[in-house]
Amino acid sequence: MRVVVWTAVALVGAGAWSVLALSRGEEISAAWLIFAALASYAIGYRFYARFISYRVLRVDDTRATPAERLNNGTDFHPTDRRVLYGHHFAAIAGAGPLVGPVLAAQMGYLPGTIWIILGVIFAGAVQDMVVLFFSMRRDGRSLGQMAREEIGPVGGVAALVAVLAIMVILLAVLAMVVVNALADSPWGAFSLVMTIPIALFMGCYLRYLRPGRVMETSAIGVVLLLLAIAGGGWVNEHPVLSELFHFSHNELTFGLIIYGFVASVLPVWLLLAPRDYLSTFMKVGVVALLAVSIIVTMPTLRLPAFTDFAFNGEGPVFAGSLFPFVFITIACGALSGFHSLISSGTTPKLIEKESQVRMIGYGSMLTESFVAVMALVAACVIDPGVYFAMNMPAGALGDTVQSAAAAVTQLGFTVTPETLQSTAAMIEENSVLARTGGAPTFALGAALIFSEVSAIFGAAMTAFWYHFAVMFEALFILTTVDAGTRVGRFMLQDTLGNIYKPMRDVSWKPGLWLTSALVVAGWGYFLWAGVNDPLGGINQLFPLFGIANQLLAAVALAVCTTLLIKSGRAKYAWVTLVPLAWDAVVTLTASWQKVFSSDPAIGFFAQRAQYVEALENGETSLGAAQSVEQMRQVVVNTTVDGILAAVFALLVIVILVDAARVWVKALRAGGRLPTTETPHVPSRLWAPSGLIATREERATARQLAEAGAGSGTGAEPAGTAER
Amino acid sequence: MTADTGAAPGGRAPLGALRRPLSRIRAALREGWQIARGITGERAYEIYLEHHRRTHPGVPAMGEREFWRWYVDRGDTHPGSRCC
Repeated sequence: MRVVVWTAVALVGAGAWSVLALSRGEEISAAWLIFAALASYAIGYRFYARFISYRVLRVDDTRATPAERLNNGTDFHPTDRRVLYGHHFAAIAGAGPLVGPVLAAQMGYLPGTIWIILGVIFAGAVQDMVVLFFSMRRDGRSLGQMAREEIGPVGGVAALVAVLAIMVILLAVLAMVVVNALADSPWGAFSLVMTIPIALFMGCYLRYLRPGRVMETSAIGVVLLLLAIAGGGWVNEHPVLSELFHFSHNELTFGLIIYGFVASVLPVWLLLAPRDYLSTFMKVGVVALLAVSIIVTMPTLRLPAFTDFAFNGEGPVFAGSLFPFVFITIACGALSGFHSLISSGTTPKLIEKESQVRMIGYGSMLTESFVAVMALVAACVIDPGVYFAMNMPAGALGDTVQSAAAAVTQLGFTVTPETLQSTAAMIEENSVLARTGGAPTFALGAALIFSEVSAIFGAAMTAFWYHFAVMFEALFILTTVDAGTRVGRFMLQDTLGNIYKPMRDVSWKPGLWLTSALVVAGWGYFLWAGVNDPLGGINQLFPLFGIANQLLAAVALAVCTTLLIKSGRAKYAWVTLVPLAWDAVVTLTASWQKVFSSDPAIGFFAQRAQYVEALENGETSLGAAQSVEQMRQVVVNTTVDGILAAVFALLVIVILVDAARVWVKALRAGGRLPTTETPHVPSRLWAPSGLIATREERATARQLAEAGAGSGTGAEPAGTAER
Repeated sequence: MTADTGAAPGGRAPLGALRRPLSRIRAALREGWQIARGITGERAYEIYLEHHRRTHPGVPAMGEREFWRWYVDRGDTHPGSRCC
C-alpha cells in the first residue's frame, strides 16, 4: 500500500516536472508548478530527511533534550511539536522568500523553480535541520559559539563579522523594498503609518487591560489593520489627506531611519512585541490564504520558462547570467544562511524529542520554500511587460508610460502605455513604473489571484488586495528592521564591551543609544545610498545581500561538516559537504564577477572605472546618471559595494580554510576528535516524531496516558519512538 | 508532557466518546485552538504555572499580570532574532 502511494507521488512529480521543463512557447497552468513542488517535497521529506535523521545524525529518542533536562518553564521547556513547528516557521519566514523569487523571475519561471525546489531539499532544509540537531546536542548554543568552539577563534570571528555584515545589508535592502513600495503611494503610506498606533494600542492593551490575552489582542489588531487598509482607499481620494501621506523616496528613507532608531530603544512591550504578534498572525493567515487561492484559481503562468536574460546576463532587474546569480538572488526559500541563527537560537531549547528535528527543521524550511514557489507564481501571472516595467530601475525607464513602454518593448516584451496606465488605475496607484524590490510585483500578482477568488463572491477589490499584500510585506519588514537593529546592537555592545566595560551593560542608556545609533547609521547609509543610486539600489545591492546570506550559509554548513567529521561520521559528511561546496562555488563566482568582471553592468570596479573615466573626460552624463553629481555618486557606491563583495569572498575563504584544517586534523586522529556535545541523559518523556502521529504512536500515547493518569504530564515511563 | 500536551488540560476526551464523530470534531477543534494559542505564545503563563507547581510546590508563583510583565520585559535584554 505504502509503495503504491509513494510510486503515485513520484509519478505525479515526474509528470509535473516534465510539463514544466518541456513546454516551450505555450502558457502553462501554475498547477504544474505546485504539483512538482509538493511531490518533490514529499519525497525529499520521506526519504532524504529520514535518511539524514536516522543514518547520519542518528537521532536518539532515549536521550533527554535540553528542554527536558534544563526545563525552567520559560526558555527551556518541552514544547508540543506542532506548536514549535509554527513557532520556528514564523521565526524563519519573512519578506525574503517573497522578494528573491520575484526578482529571479526575470530569467523565466524555470531557473527559479528548479533552484527553489532542489535547493531546499538538498541544501536549505538540510542546513536548518542539521544546525538544529547539533545546537540541540549542545544545550542550544548559537552558531557563533559553535564556530568558535568547534573550528577555532578565526572561524568564530569570521562568523561574527558575517552575521553583522548580513544584518546591515539585509536591513538596508528590506527597508529599500518598503521605500520603493510606498513612495508616491498615499494609500500604502497611510496604512503603514497606522500600524504604529495600532501596535502601541495593542501593547498598552496587553500590558494594562488584558495581560496574556494574546489571541484576543491580535484579533483586535488584525481588524484594526484591515480597517486601516480600507481607510487608505478613502485617504487616497481625499484632497488634503492624500497630500499629507504623499511621501517622496527620501522622506520615507529618513522616516524609516528615525523609526528604526526610536523603535529599537523603546521597551519591547510597547512596540516590538505587539508588532510581532500581528506579523505572526498575518504571516500564517496570508500564506494559507494564498495557497488556497492559488489552488482554487490555478492561474496561468504568463512568463516563459526561460527568457534571454538567463543566458546573456543583460537582465534589467539584476545583471549577470543564470549561474551564479539565480542562486544568489533566491536565498530565502532555497538556502538561507540566516536560518541557522534561528535553528541555533530559541528552537533547540524547546524541542521535545530528538527525532522531531526532521519535522521542525526540515519541515519548516520546506514550508518556507513553498511560500517562495507561491511568490514565483504571483510574479509569473503578471503580464511580462508590466513585470519588467515594475522592476527596471527608474533611470532605464524614463518618466512617462510612453518612454517606459518603449524601453520594455526594446527588451522584447511588448507592452502598451495604456496597459501600464490601466494597471496603475486598477490598483489605484499613480504609477507602477520602477516599483523595484519585488514587494509591489508580488502584491500585484497576489492581488490578481485574490481578486479572482473574491470576484466569485461578487467583488474583485483588486486595489484593496494590492494594498493588503503591500501592507503585509511592509509589516514584516518593519518588524525585522526593529528586531534586527536590536540584535545588531547587542552584538555591538558585546564587542565594544571588550574595550569599555560599561558598554556590555544592556540597561546602560547612553551605551544603548550610541550602539543603536551606530547600527541604524550602518543600514541607514546603505538604504540612503541605494535609494539615491542612479543605477537602481535593488539592482546594485540585492546581489550583495544574497552573497552575505550565502556567506552565512557557508559558515553554518562548515560548522555542520566539521561536527560530522569530528564525531566520527566522515563517511556521511557529504550530506553537508556537497551543499557547502556548491554554496562556496556560487558565492565565490558571484563575488569574483562582482569584483573582477570587465563588464560594467556586472563588475563594480569596471563600472567605477567607466564613470571615473567619463568624469575625467568632462562628460556630464553617462547611462542612467544624468548629472556630474549622480556620476560621482555612482563612483562612491561602486567603490563601497566592490570592497564589500571582496571582503565577503575573503571571509568565505578564511572559513573554508580554517574548517578544512580541522577536518584534516580530525581525519588524521582516526576520524574522531572531542566535541562539546553534552553527555547522554536518559529521557523520561515520550512524544510522536512527525506532524501526524502514526497508528502505533497513538496507541503508545493512549497506553502512557492510562498508565500515567492523574500525573498531569502523563510522562512516566520512557519510551522510544523509533519510527 | 506527551503527545497531547498541546491540547488543553481536559482536552482528551474519554475513549468511548472519541468514536462518535461529533465529539471527535470538537476534540480536534479544541486541539487546533490550543496549538494556535501555543504558536502565538498565549500559553506561556499556563506553562510557567504548571512547571512552578511541579518544581517548587508550596512556593507562591508569580501572579498573571506580574508574570507577563517579567516575561515580555526579558525581550529588552535578550533579543530574539527574526529572519528575512
